[in-house]
Amino acid sequence: MPPDDGVVRVLRDDLTLDPENDPGLSDAEVLHLYRHMVMTRLLDERLVALQRQGRIGFHVGSLGEEAAILGAAFAMRKNDFIFPCYREFGAALMRGFELGVFIHNMFGTAKDTVRGRQMPDHYTCRRVGWGSISSPVGTQITQAVGFAWGAKIRKQDVATLVYFGDGATSSSDFHSGMNFAGVFRVPTIFFCRNNGWAISVPVTRQTASRTFAEKAAAYGILGVRVDGNDLFAVVSTVRKALERGIRGQGATLIEAITYRMGGHSTSDDPNRYRGSEVLEPWASRDPIGRVRAYLEKRELWDGAAEERLIAEIDKEFREAVAVAERTPLPPLESMFEDVYERPPWHLLEQRAQLLNGPRAPSPHS
Amino acid sequence: MPQMNMVQAINDALRIAMRADDRVVILGEDVGRVGGVFRVTAGLFDEFGDERVIDTPLSENGIVGTAVGMALYGLVPVVEIQFADFIWPAYDQIVNELAKYRYRSGGEYPAKVVIRAPVGGGIRGGHYHSQHPEAPFIHVAGLKVVCPSSAYDAKGLLLSAIADPDPVLFFEPKRVYRAAKGEVPAGAFTVPLESAAVVRPGRHVTVLAYGAMLYEALDAASKAVAHGVEAEVIDLRTLWPVDITTILDSVRRTGRLVVVHEAPRTCGFGAELVSLVVERAFYHLEAPPIRVTGFDTPFPYSLEMEYMPLSHRILPALLEAVRS
Ligand SMILES: Cc1ncc(C[n+]2csc(CCOP(=O)(O)OP(=O)(O)O)c2C)c(N)n1
Ligand SMILES: [Mg+2]
Repeated sequence: MPPDDGVVRVLRDDLTLDPENDPGLSDAEVLHLYRHMVMTRLLDERLVALQRQGRIGFHVGSLGEEAAILGAAFAMRKNDFIFPCYREFGAALMRGFELGVFIHNMFGTAKDTVRGRQMPDHYTCRRVGWGSISSPVGTQITQAVGFAWGAKIRKQDVATLVYFGDGATSSSDFHSGMNFAGVFRVPTIFFCRNNGWAISVPVTRQTASRTFAEKAAAYGILGVRVDGNDLFAVVSTVRKALERGIRGQGATLIEAITYRMGGHSTSDDPNRYRGSEVLEPWASRDPIGRVRAYLEKRELWDGAAEERLIAEIDKEFREAVAVAERTPLPPLESMFEDVYERPPWHLLEQRAQLLNGPRAPSPHS
Repeated sequence: MPQMNMVQAINDALRIAMRADDRVVILGEDVGRVGGVFRVTAGLFDEFGDERVIDTPLSENGIVGTAVGMALYGLVPVVEIQFADFIWPAYDQIVNELAKYRYRSGGEYPAKVVIRAPVGGGIRGGHYHSQHPEAPFIHVAGLKVVCPSSAYDAKGLLLSAIADPDPVLFFEPKRVYRAAKGEVPAGAFTVPLESAAVVRPGRHVTVLAYGAMLYEALDAASKAVAHGVEAEVIDLRTLWPVDITTILDSVRRTGRLVVVHEAPRTCGFGAELVSLVVERAFYHLEAPPIRVTGFDTPFPYSLEMEYMPLSHRILPALLEAVRS
């Protein structure tokens, strides 16, 4: 367990909200967030199952981190931009990325917005202020700073939020990003999901600092710690950081303390490096369970509502999967598109060679 | 003789090197307790402890930069980059530091590091888990570059790489990590660097390949027989410095050349191999050399098998080389 001092918490054990940092969400807003957290978890389960059945190649999930992921995105405005890591599809869906399009990405079909060029979970949706996902750890951090800095130079009211993990704090991009944001007073929110692990490597191998948030001090920006399993605290903390940014007070590093309850991805077996007992203290702080208890106590939610919600999501998901599985793979020509804006001679030549040549035995054989 | 796959053979080589020389240390992400995401370092943490099998912070330039420092001090670091696709943050340390130390210090500071990295596609990895970036390293003066295709060679070449006085990039074809299986001697042995192997003799056309594509070239060569074509397949094994003698001996006999690699065509290693042959054996050539390679696009996900230069694309090249 990370040190507990200075951690922003709002939802108390008695299911009341601490007025000091209460973000003042309406019931409708809490219900909206709750539904999306449930959806995120359900989709995670279903996508892992599809991977196990060999129907998709890969999935990287958010189990246990739903409040941190969705709360942070919720606090940002429509005109702001989010630079994702690879574990935040639930927030993209909440911002308006369609489930059906996401599922096309998971299957790498012709209707995938990135045309089956990337692995599953590496989708793009500029329309909803969502960046393009890269596997290399940390690269999005400096880019988020540059984006908001560009807007600042053009006097536009745009802030950015960048998601990354505890492991990414060891990357050069983390340090460069924080340093540039500090020097140029850029309205970027560095949202570190401290989930305890970088695949099998624990946080003690990423830093000798007591906390991740304190690294902000070295760059002259604000660092704060928040209970990442407390939806209300996350929304409140990100909102305050956003307000600071908008007021010209610069960037904030937020360390959201949470826990990766599952494997790193479907390629990982966490039993090789951690016992299940480490999950126990976190299981009782399940970010979704806490909000559900809050809603139930206020008689805004019950078992029947939960069942209806799950049935609804399941139906939408099954339909999206059925459509994706009927959709062909991207056409061969698509391999040569978007390399440049217009394909130069050598790509046209290679495209002709591929189209006129023999076909491969089968995809991913 | 024990049967090993390539993962086990590399693991065995690491264990032998570490037992023989306590200056050998391993650095990387997830290489310790969990034994690597491909299990290549499995069991080494338990045997050698966390000062010799080191899970590092997530920073490839940190890993390579500190490995260079350790080498300057006198250790023999063997670095694992989890996927070759993630080597780029370390490129500065490799190109401007590791590769130049001996030269720029007049030999006072030879920096010897082995950098292992899984390479290549065909594993549903998309463009960030499939790159095969030998060319940008071959281009750098001072680096040796190895890419084995069999378990036997992987073990023997890695032991040579660790013993070699110069920095070595050791690229492991992950598509055949488990499929490349065979008899591998239990103890220490070496396969010399800079030696290619003629793995299938033939009279009509020389095929140069390495890593996972060697198997595709062999498959195409066996199918070519039905067309009356006998292809000679050479596994380069060490890409740089390449075994030019074996290549030229073959091409002078066959008069025809096909080069296969997964990486994109333009400025790929094939360009260098063709140039080397054309410069030295021009009058022996009876047909233009042919490159069968990845396309000049990022490595795609859904269409990866259409991107890769598999047997179905190598066979027509063999026939064309012989026909023309
Ligand atoms: C530069 C780079 N090195 C290594 C990897 C392999 N890798 C993928 S995710 C990961 C761990 C990331 O941990 P963290 O930043 O804490 O994010 P989390 O997965 O916990 O959300 C590693 C080592 C990579 N993708 N990029
Ligand atoms: Mg993490």
